[in-house]
Amino acid sequence: MVDTSVTLSGWRLDNPVIPASGTFGYGYEFAELYDINCLGSLSIKGTTLSPRFGNPTPRIAECPSGMLNAVGLQNPGAEKVKTEELPRLAKCFSKKVVANVSGFSLDDYTEVCRALDGEEQVGIFEVNVSCPNVHGGGMAFGTDPASAAAVTRAVKAVTTKPVYIKLSPNVTDIVAIARACEEAGADGLSMINTLLGMRIDPRTRRPVLANRTGGYSGPAVFPVAVRMVYQVYEAVNIPIIGMGGVTSARDVIEMMLAGATAVEVGAANLVDPFACRDIVAELPAVMKEYGIEKLSEITGGAH
Amino acid sequence: MKQVVYTIRENAPLTAKVWRMVLSGECPCDRPGQFVNIRLAGKFLRRPISVCDAGEDSLTILYKVVGEGTEQMSGMRPGETLDVLTRLGNGYDTAKSGQNPLLVGGGVGVPPLYLLCKQLLGEGKKPRVIMGFNTSDEVFYEDEFRALGVPVTVATADGSYGVRGFVTDAMKGVDCSYIYTCGPLPMLRAVYAASDVSGQYSFEERMGCGFGACMGCSCKTKYGNKRICKDGPVLEKEEIIW
Repeated sequence: MVDTSVTLSGWRLDNPVIPASGTFGYGYEFAELYDINCLGSLSIKGTTLSPRFGNPTPRIAECPSGMLNAVGLQNPGAEKVKTEELPRLAKCFSKKVVANVSGFSLDDYTEVCRALDGEEQVGIFEVNVSCPNVHGGGMAFGTDPASAAAVTRAVKAVTTKPVYIKLSPNVTDIVAIARACEEAGADGLSMINTLLGMRIDPRTRRPVLANRTGGYSGPAVFPVAVRMVYQVYEAVNIPIIGMGGVTSARDVIEMMLAGATAVEVGAANLVDPFACRDIVAELPAVMKEYGIEKLSEITGGAH
Repeated sequence: MKQVVYTIRENAPLTAKVWRMVLSGECPCDRPGQFVNIRLAGKFLRRPISVCDAGEDSLTILYKVVGEGTEQMSGMRPGETLDVLTRLGNGYDTAKSGQNPLLVGGGVGVPPLYLLCKQLLGEGKKPRVIMGFNTSDEVFYEDEFRALGVPVTVATADGSYGVRGFVTDAMKGVDCSYIYTCGPLPMLRAVYAASDVSGQYSFEERMGCGFGACMGCSCKTKYGNKRICKDGPVLEKEEIIW
């Protein structure tokens, strides 16, 4: 019998498979299809302090081996997530979740984390630093080591839960940002967020997305994600949740060999609602094929 | 929602751009106005298409060739299989129709009204149908609706067939208890402005998943934010914000 369990900052997961934030809602749509307790955990829709409608539509565009999205962090706000979404999720999911949080100022981040800090259901915080800093000229927190470190320190000061910083790949040197987060006290890293992209409709001669640009995800970005996880693993000593274009158990193993402790699955859920269930189900057989008995031992195995 | 592998039974053009595909397989559809989401080889996102007709073991969709995905569909042959997510969306509610509902469709907004029309007839109601197209060459399904025994009016924008003008020109003087409509946004807006009865309006939007997970197709309504794919595509007239 193979062992698929992994541990993130002392939190033991039955397996490393976690649906990524924004691709799984709060789990209910999928719970209608299968028992989502087979998952390692799930990362909830990105939560901000105030409710957000998000960007105008179209928000979605087809791409080679992937898609663009510019949803714009639509969510009901931290209070409703705490009083409505998490209790509703608890009825169909008995495990702890990854609480994905976003903000547009340091205060936003700390207020959201404070609001959710007392929730037993939250295993770790996953802090999305790809949002623009409204007090910093609109540049994303995650594109500058000092800003990413400032978010890390601010969040660490208000919670006792492990804090994972979700890194943006839209940077010159992701290793420098990862190091800055580690030095600022991050318990782990989550990577990668989507790659900034754009499509133009030749008939209208206008961008397909109302927001003009959007985040590229799907199998196309998998090699970029593997490369970045590999580079960051060499530079830091904190665990990494790897993601970006993962669609199969083989991809999960490849991401772990690059340096990931756990793996999130994103865009695949949108085209195949059973993707995560199937990945979890096929993991033991694929582990056997590669001679892996204990999955947690392969993290960073390619180095 | 259910994932079904369908076999293509028929796939043939009705006009220069609009094709009809008949699929065989289980579990077609709960309600008129729902849609299916079709996976195509080499394409990442599925293609959402409204259900035109559904039997015990078959499903009919009409689709317009507008891009690479629908172009690819038009090249598929009987016997080939399709991976389809079916029973998507809320669909039309026939309980609110009254005795004389009016069904108003524009272009590829016409198909979902066909199954709706059959269901309304089955409930003993007396629907009538108005369909709008740009020109006579684009008209489809007039005969199929007439074969159901309902009054049908066709409008063409260029006047080359039927009533000259838009569906709203054909609506003048028509008495009805309720309106069911589907078509391009400007048409929905015009029908909304031209009618004084309540109704249900089916909307189109670019979708990510088609089953409510990604928030890719959200819209604002008077009853709060809704997802066109899951809480729609059919909205009540009273909740629509244009």
